[in-house]
Amino acid sequence: MSIQNRKEATANSEWAIEARGLVKNFGDNRAVDGVNLNVRAGTIYGVLGPNGAGKTTTIRMLATLLKADEGSTRIFGYDVAKDPHIVRQLIGVTGQYASVDESLSATENLIIFSRLLGLSRAESRNKAAELLEEFGLTEAAKRPLKNFSGGMRRRLDLAASLIAQPPLIFLDEPTTGLDPRTRNQMWDTIRRLVKTGSTVLLTTQYLQEADELADRIAVIDHGRVVAEGTVNELKASVGTSSLHLSIQNPQDIQDARQTIEQVLKVQTSISSEIGKITAPMADADKVTDLLIALRQKGIRLDEMSVQKPTLDEVFLTITGRGAEDDASKSSNESDKVEEERV
Amino acid sequence: MSSSTINQVAGRQLRKKTSFKQSVSNSLTMAYRGVLKIRRTPEQLFDVTLQPIIFTLMFTYIFGGAISGNVQNYLPVIIPGILVQTVITTSIVTGVQLREDMDKGVFDRFKSLPIARIAPLAGALLADTIRYTIATVLTFTMGYIMGYRPEGGLSHVVLAALLVIVCAWAISWIFAFFGVIARTASSVQGISMIVLFPLTFLSNAFVPADTLPNWLQWFVKINPISHLVTAVRDLANSGTVGWDLFASLIGAAVIVAIFAPITVRAYMRRT
Ligand SMILES: Nc1ncnc2c1ncn2[C@@H]1O[C@H](COP(=O)(O)OP(=O)(O)OP(=O)(O)O)[C@@H](O)[C@H]1O
Ligand SMILES: [Mg+2]
Repeated sequence: MSIQNRKEATANSEWAIEARGLVKNFGDNRAVDGVNLNVRAGTIYGVLGPNGAGKTTTIRMLATLLKADEGSTRIFGYDVAKDPHIVRQLIGVTGQYASVDESLSATENLIIFSRLLGLSRAESRNKAAELLEEFGLTEAAKRPLKNFSGGMRRRLDLAASLIAQPPLIFLDEPTTGLDPRTRNQMWDTIRRLVKTGSTVLLTTQYLQEADELADRIAVIDHGRVVAEGTVNELKASVGTSSLHLSIQNPQDIQDARQTIEQVLKVQTSISSEIGKITAPMADADKVTDLLIALRQKGIRLDEMSVQKPTLDEVFLTITGRGAEDDASKSSNESDKVEEERV
Repeated sequence: MSSSTINQVAGRQLRKKTSFKQSVSNSLTMAYRGVLKIRRTPEQLFDVTLQPIIFTLMFTYIFGGAISGNVQNYLPVIIPGILVQTVITTSIVTGVQLREDMDKGVFDRFKSLPIARIAPLAGALLADTIRYTIATVLTFTMGYIMGYRPEGGLSHVVLAALLVIVCAWAISWIFAFFGVIARTASSVQGISMIVLFPLTFLSNAFVPADTLPNWLQWFVKINPISHLVTAVRDLANSGTVGWDLFASLIGAAVIVAIFAPITVRAYMRRT
C-alpha cells in the first residue's frame, strides 16, 4: 500500500471524537453550554473542571447516554445521534459511579457483560478470568461486590469496559476516592491502554492527574471550554516561569534580593524555607546578568532552578478559583451521593 | 496489556441495528441475570414463599366455617382465589425492581453497550415468571397439605397453574409501565397496591359473588380477576374449560397489547 493510500484509509479515523457546539439544559440550568472537543485517535485527552462544570454531562452526551439539546458529535466519523448503535460498538464507558451489578460477583458481572456483547459461554468465562487476572481481582472473583473496596470496584468497572477491546474509552473521574497506590496502578493501566492503540478521554479534578496522563487538556467551567491545549501550552498561557534561588549564607539574603530586583527589575519574595528567594522570570536571557552580578558581590548560591507554573496556577488563573477548594468540596459531595445511593 | 490488543475501527464489522436473533439472545442473558440475582439474594423471595403459606392458612381458617360450613368445603373455593391473588400481587415486584434497577449505575452500562434496547426490560419480565411459578407451586402444595384434592386431576391443575402464570406475566406489563414512568421504587409499590387491592378483594376470590350486595355484584362480575379465579376453579376443581378461561386469556392479550407498546416507548424515551 502506498503512503498516499494509507493516508486516505485512516483519514476518517484520525479523530476519535469531534464534538461541535454541544448544549444540554436541565430545566433552567445550562449544564453544558456549547462545548467543542477534538480528540485525536491514540491519545489521552483530559477534561478538567471544578464541580458541576459539566464534565459528566458532556461525557454522557459523547457516549450516547444522553441526548444533546444542540450540537453534534462524531465518534470515529460516526454520528452519535444517527448511528448510536455503531458508536456503542466502538466505545467503553466507565462512569463516575460504579456501573456494575452490586448483588452479583465480579465473575458473574463480567460474564453477563461478555454474553451481552455476543461472546459464547466458554469465551465469556475465559474473558472474565483473563480480565480479573489482569486487574488483580482473581482472589475476589467469587465474592459479591457488596464487600468490595472502592478501588476494587473501580478496577472491575474498568475491566468491564474493556471486554470488547473498544478503540475509545471514556473514564469519568477514574481515580476519585482511590488511595495513592491504587491511583498509580490505575494510571499505569490507562497508559498501557493507550499503548495498545486505544484512545482515552478522562475527566478529573486532579490537576496532577491531567498533568501526568493527558496529551491534551480541555478546562471546562460553567459548561464551556475555557482553555484547551497541551499541558505545556496551558502552562505557558498563564505566563511566566519563576526563578528559585537558594543562598548559601543566610546573611546575604537582603543583599541578594536587592541585586535580583535591580537586575531583573521585578519584585522578589522569600519563601518559607530559609534562604530561598523566588522571583518571576520573564526573560531567561537576563539570568546570565544576574548570575554575574551575584558572583561580583560574592554571594554564593546553593541551588538554582527555574519552574514552570503548575497546573494549579493555570487552573486558578483560568477559572478564577482555587482548584484545591473545589476538589475537597467535591470529595465530600461525592461521599454524600454514595450515601444516598446505599 | 498482555492479552488485549485493541481492534481498530477499520477491522471491525459494525452493525447498524440489532438483529432479532441478537435481541432474543440479549433478553435471555438479561433474564439469566435476573435469575442469578434471585439466587444471590434469596431473601427477596420471602414474599412469594411466605404469602402463599400465611394467606392460605389464615383465610381458610377465618372464612372457612362462615362461608362454606367447614374448612374442607372451603378449600376448592379459596385455593384458586389465594393463588390468583398471590401470584398477581407478586407481579408488582417486577415494576418495583425495574425502577430500582434503572436507578442503578449498572443500567448506564447496559445503555452504553451495543445491545437490544429492549433487553433489560424483556429480561426482567421473563425472569419474574420464576417467582410466579414458585408462588403457584407453593399455594397448591399448601392446599394439598391442608387436604385440598382438586378433582380435575394433576394435568388440569398444571394447566390452571400455567394460566395464572401467563396472566400474571401479562399484568406485570402494567406494573412495568409504572416502574418505567415512576420517580421512585416506593411510589411504584404504592400506585400498584392501590390498583391491585380493590381488584383482588372486590372479586370472587374469597367469597362467592352472590353473597354480596347488588351494586357490588355488578363490579365483581365484570372484574377480570373474577374471571381468572373462576377459570382456575373450573380447571382445577372439575377439569372443565369455560367462557371464563377465554375471557382471562383475551384480557391478558388486551393488557399486553396496550401496555407492552406504551411501556417500551416510555422505556426507550427514559433510557
Ligand atoms: N440529571 C440531571 N438533572 C438535573 N440537573 C443535572 C443532572 N445532571 C447534572 N445536572 C446539573 O448539571 C450541572 C453539571 O453537572 P455534571 O455532573 O456534568 O458536572 P461535573 O463536572 O461532572 O461535576 P462533578 O465534578 O461534581 O462530577 C450541575 O449543575 C448539575 O447539578
Ligand atoms: Mg461528574
